[in-house]
Amino acid sequence: MLNIALPKGRLGEIAYDRMERAGYACPAVREPNRKLTFENPELGVRYFWVKPSDVPIYVERGAADVGIAGKDILLEYAPDVYELLDLGIGKCRMCVAGFRDFRDDASKTLRVATKFPHIAKRYYSARSREISIIKLNGSIEIAPLLGLSDVIVDIVETGKTLQENGLAPLETIVPISARFIANKAGYQFQYQEIRTMCEKLAALGG
Amino acid sequence: MSGGQINTQERVMHALRGLYQSYGYQPFKVNKFEEYDLYAQNKKFLTCQQVLTFSDTDGCLLALKPDVTLSIVKNTTDAPGLRKVFYNETVYRVPGDGEGFREIPQTGLECIGALDGYAVGEVVMLAARSLETISSRYVLDVSHVGVVSGILAAAGVGQEGHARIFEAVAAKNTHALRGLCAELGVSPEQTALLQQLVSLYGPLDEMLRAVEPLPLPAESRAAVQELRALAGQLALYGLDTVRLDFSLVNDVDYYNGIVFRGFLDGVAAGVLSGGRYDRLMTRMGKRGGAIGFAVYLDRLERFQEERAAYDVDTLVVYAADSDVPLAIRTAEALVRRGAAVRVERAAPAGLTFRQKLTVRGGEVTEDA
Repeated sequence: MLNIALPKGRLGEIAYDRMERAGYACPAVREPNRKLTFENPELGVRYFWVKPSDVPIYVERGAADVGIAGKDILLEYAPDVYELLDLGIGKCRMCVAGFRDFRDDASKTLRVATKFPHIAKRYYSARSREISIIKLNGSIEIAPLLGLSDVIVDIVETGKTLQENGLAPLETIVPISARFIANKAGYQFQYQEIRTMCEKLAALGG
Repeated sequence: MSGGQINTQERVMHALRGLYQSYGYQPFKVNKFEEYDLYAQNKKFLTCQQVLTFSDTDGCLLALKPDVTLSIVKNTTDAPGLRKVFYNETVYRVPGDGEGFREIPQTGLECIGALDGYAVGEVVMLAARSLETISSRYVLDVSHVGVVSGILAAAGVGQEGHARIFEAVAAKNTHALRGLCAELGVSPEQTALLQQLVSLYGPLDEMLRAVEPLPLPAESRAAVQELRALAGQLALYGLDTVRLDFSLVNDVDYYNGIVFRGFLDGVAAGVLSGGRYDRLMTRMGKRGGAIGFAVYLDRLERFQEERAAYDVDTLVVYAADSDVPLAIRTAEALVRRGAAVRVERAAPAGLTFRQKLTVRGGEVTEDA
């Protein structure tokens, strides 16, 4: 039996869709109810929905054998897992964004608001730019508007929210998409099952 | 096992000591404190970079040991021959969960000096037997640092590129590997070779047969031959749970040959890690080679709970009196591996077990 952690939300629904097309259907997943886990014993799969940022934790600690997580989350938490496949879904970019006419004043510490402090720190320390991180949990776009920060580091999909607030993506840090990940110990003992699942998902194309 | 007088960690510690001594390894005791400089100079060798430090009465900066291998190497003299030691120590580290320093019980062994193929094989065998002592459901993955780094050297990849590629290799991340190789100017043929190696996983002997025909550069080929020799020796010990996994990479500044990692079914992270670290010896001004491993006993804490879910690990049921000799041999083999075994003519009411074996007419079958 493979335990599969899916991220709650739109990405998770697309991800489950992929799983279903790859031959791992579990009709109960789509039923509107309050159940937390869904099992299809014939196919040897058990799904559960967790908060997207928790997927790598479930997988790294072996509560899930495999899972689907955004590359943003993997870069931020750097879990010790196998990253077996780029599913090519949930595509977006990790960007530095700010006012369209923003000009970086190198004589001052740059104030960066973000949900991804680790990614932001790594990006700026590679360029030796001194920054001060302001960790927020949502509505990041508002930070520069209110003067809380100079720029933000966040995920940009269409750029519409930024645009509506007079902001724009300034630099792309890294492209993001959803990845199929596996627990390293679980992989050793359920190698065939995980490999087959990975191949079937890969066969669906990006 | 329920109602046991000792817990899993203690039982394992005791059993491992017996195992290592039976192959002639000597106990080695190190001081709890060590000069901080030793760790500052070899930071990358440590799995965790943070070290707990304090000042001695003479102002000298000391550390609570985060690692035992460095101390053993430091205490090694350049005497001819081999030195075989094992240890049972507490180390002080910050595990990945960011909850501060912890005391971690660790046991392991080191074989230092004029290493040859036999000595390497013996250490890998002892790693496998160490896992077997804890549970029959284990896997030991082996690799050789030289296979992947041989390809990278032939492709002219520099040190920084090396580290980035190793990161992708360790995650079996073939898509990132492809991108990195393109960026670093690795040829499409070499890239395909790397991707193929990283995706390989399976029994050592079988996988080596798949690797041997590949067009590898000389350095990688020599590494594969070392793995082949190892496979031959492990077969003599009757070990068939060793797998080949090239995604297993350790820091090339220290490790240079065979590396390995052990897993137990039911423990989410590796419980054993080791390899050949001749480069550390050179860096510390010592002659000769070295290979060793550590068993992370702290990771067995949860394992015990899973065992406690059953009265015994295995129930052996024999069908007739003529089946008793085979039942005895089956049970004895399991007990030697550390399992709790109950042998009966019929399954006792209310007894819980993880596995049930039936001996009938000279055959042992596992019940679903």
